[in-house]
Amino acid sequence: MSALTGTTRLARLVLRRDRIRLTIWILGTPLLGYALAGSVAGIYPDQETRLGYATTSASSLVARAFNGPIHGTDLGAVVVAETYVTLALIVALLSTFAVTRHTRQNEETGRAELLGANVVGRYAPLTAALIVIVAANTVAAVLLAVALVGAGLPLAGSVAAAAAIGGVGVAFTAIAAVTAQLSVTSRGANALAAATLGLSFVLRAAGDVLGEQSADGTRVRSAWPSWISPLGWGNQVRAFDGERWWVLALPVALLLAGVALAYTLAERRDQGAGLIAPRRGPATGAPRLLSPTGLAWRMQRGTLLGWAVGVAVLGLSMGVAADEFNDMIDANPAAAEAINAMGGGADLINAYLAAMLGLFALTIGAYVVQALLRVRGDEADGVLEAALATAVSRTRWLGTQVLAATLGAVALLLLAGVTTGLGYGIVTGDPLGQAVELGGAALLRLPALLVIAGVVTAIFGLLPRWSVVLSWTALLVFLLLGQLGAVLELPQAALNVSPYTHVPAVPAVDPAALPLVVLAAVAAALLAVGVAAFRHRDVPS
Amino acid sequence: MPVISIGNLVKTFGAIRALDGLDLHVEQGEVHGFLGPNGSGKSTTIRILLGLLRRDSGDAKVLGADPWRDAVRLHRRLAYVPGDVSLWPNLTGGEAIDLLGQLRGGLDRRRRDELLHRFDLDPTRRCRTYSKGNRQKVAIVAAFSSPVELYVLDEPTSGLDPLMEAVFQDEVRRVKQAGATVLLSSHVLAEVEALCDRVSIIREGRTVESGTLTQLRHLTRTAVTVETARPVTGLDALPGVHDVHEVDGRTHLEVEPAHLDELLGQLIRFGVRALTSTPPTLEQLFLRHYGDDPAATAGTDAPATAASGAPAAGSSDADVQADAPQGGAR
Repeated sequence: MSALTGTTRLARLVLRRDRIRLTIWILGTPLLGYALAGSVAGIYPDQETRLGYATTSASSLVARAFNGPIHGTDLGAVVVAETYVTLALIVALLSTFAVTRHTRQNEETGRAELLGANVVGRYAPLTAALIVIVAANTVAAVLLAVALVGAGLPLAGSVAAAAAIGGVGVAFTAIAAVTAQLSVTSRGANALAAATLGLSFVLRAAGDVLGEQSADGTRVRSAWPSWISPLGWGNQVRAFDGERWWVLALPVALLLAGVALAYTLAERRDQGAGLIAPRRGPATGAPRLLSPTGLAWRMQRGTLLGWAVGVAVLGLSMGVAADEFNDMIDANPAAAEAINAMGGGADLINAYLAAMLGLFALTIGAYVVQALLRVRGDEADGVLEAALATAVSRTRWLGTQVLAATLGAVALLLLAGVTTGLGYGIVTGDPLGQAVELGGAALLRLPALLVIAGVVTAIFGLLPRWSVVLSWTALLVFLLLGQLGAVLELPQAALNVSPYTHVPAVPAVDPAALPLVVLAAVAAALLAVGVAAFRHRDVPS
Repeated sequence: MPVISIGNLVKTFGAIRALDGLDLHVEQGEVHGFLGPNGSGKSTTIRILLGLLRRDSGDAKVLGADPWRDAVRLHRRLAYVPGDVSLWPNLTGGEAIDLLGQLRGGLDRRRRDELLHRFDLDPTRRCRTYSKGNRQKVAIVAAFSSPVELYVLDEPTSGLDPLMEAVFQDEVRRVKQAGATVLLSSHVLAEVEALCDRVSIIREGRTVESGTLTQLRHLTRTAVTVETARPVTGLDALPGVHDVHEVDGRTHLEVEPAHLDELLGQLIRFGVRALTSTPPTLEQLFLRHYGDDPAATAGTDAPATAASGAPAAGSSDADVQADAPQGGAR
């Protein structure tokens, strides 16, 4: 057993390093499950509302794609439909990142070398990480089952649902154990595992969309693609609807196979090496790269592409769902109230569309913050120093970053509006007209995003060390004011702090020029302050 | 006209006084060594010269211009290698070199390719995968590919192997030949000795010494070991002689270069059988200045004051002497 020497000690090291993360994970998942189950129980208190929910969910392709297949009208089944995908994605990502952090990242940073020179077997680091992470998934699942029972759900179904979610975590522990052997960088290992997760989501969505609705209309029988997705297995357990326990053997089998494969790969490679060689690149810089603008585009394009895919998929789905919206309103008056509060206005469909565009604008605000904080990241890394020691002025450098983030925001807003319009138009028979109209409506949100860009720039200029914390806090405050302000009955003066408050909720209301002009002026002032402060301060500071 | 002229430069970070009246003068066409212990303010000075940091007070002129106000114009005429090179992780080394060169206003492609070859750097690898030494090579190649008037190098070779160190020294000599000026901050004393025309030693934000290496050597005592026919007496009374002690019939002592004459005159009277004189190594020179007690090195502008400060540094000198045969730069 010399290959496993030191496993116990290393497992204790993993526990010590991750004691806070693991605690949040193990306690957070059940708490989230408990809270979600409670809120679902409040919205669908009786058989009648749940019958409406189940019938709508089983017939709606969008609901099948995003929530998975519905299994009957039991309260537990509704809870699973509403929460399974979210919880499964969370534990899959938590497991993936944890495996990578304790395997490939140690090799990348050289810590593994330091450890490996001691009395530590070849398989010990991987084994220690897997033991702790599988145990974390198990404990979190047990507590989740307890939480679901505590929320008033039947025992068998609760155990099955919690085990289904734990199973997703275990499955992605195995997948990450393999990807950690393949890529040389921890970033690459995480990206491969996340890509597998994305593929699992698509396969599951496809299988559930292609599935059949049962005769009574309250169940979906998924097609085969769901069965080759580790994310889909959890649904096939059919918690709260005649549990099929044997399906839980699938993630366990995947774990065994993944561990075996990972050991085999680890045996065949050198410490620090991978099976996918790092990609080589061009030996010379292409002319279009060799300017601040070119560099900003190059740094931004991967992130922007990821955002674009996400926005387009969501936009199309939201658009298609707009038509199903009327059915859902009938089944769920509480949702109608919520939409009305968010979008306002008399026409419910337009209120819904305006609310969706508003949500997109908030989300794209996160893109703007993320894109602009890159400058601060560059400053902290020391790259900014190298760049500013060349013949590029600070104004040009920062201006280029702001411009890149703004153009990215314009593209994403337009994409959000156009795809929502296309989705809605395809169902109602006017794709082009709706795409143009909603694309234009989405662009009216730009001034709010410019204000966000101005806020981040001003913080970066004036309080560089606090850039990251303050920028995200500002966005979070705007988000909370928008989402909860009305519910909490905050005074208008407080709501006015958020730029999103001032954007006309087109298409629910008519566009107005004045607020947009004022927002743009505020943004320009903030940008000017930020650039001026940046020009007069020390770099790095 | 001096290429770099700094007078009484002050820079504070909160309560910390990083530069406290620093002076630095670099003449056109010289390679100027910029030395000092870690944290003495070398990088801060260089960042002020690059217009990255703003000085609190004092004068700073680079190529006749104000480094803060005229930063962009100046940067076309200089190239910089930072001490801790960080690069864009997803660009290749070749892309990073071209980008830095282009942002500076253009580079010499032929030189770039030649330097890549001489430094044995693979330009197709992503910067993320480079070791510290290879990242440094990227910055060095980018700097020396640009035909500029001033090269500002902040510990440029700390991660390079001896072979690459030699290539680096060739490059510094080449740009010097072409008439460029080099400010070289370094802890590699052999490199400083091989390349620099003049050096400035700073400590705690002040310049404590500046001049050619020969001039600086004169500020430090020479170690002398002598074997005589009769026991030597009267040495303690001689000016500039320190740390006299006898071991196995040999006399060990230290003498200030200005007082060698008097010492020899005295020794001859006792029948010299063997005499070795070891000039101060660079290490000794710097250790004296880098040592713990600032009083020992303060105000050593003239040889006389250097001598008066010498006793305080005596103990550290003795330590160094024990190492000198193995560790000496010469």
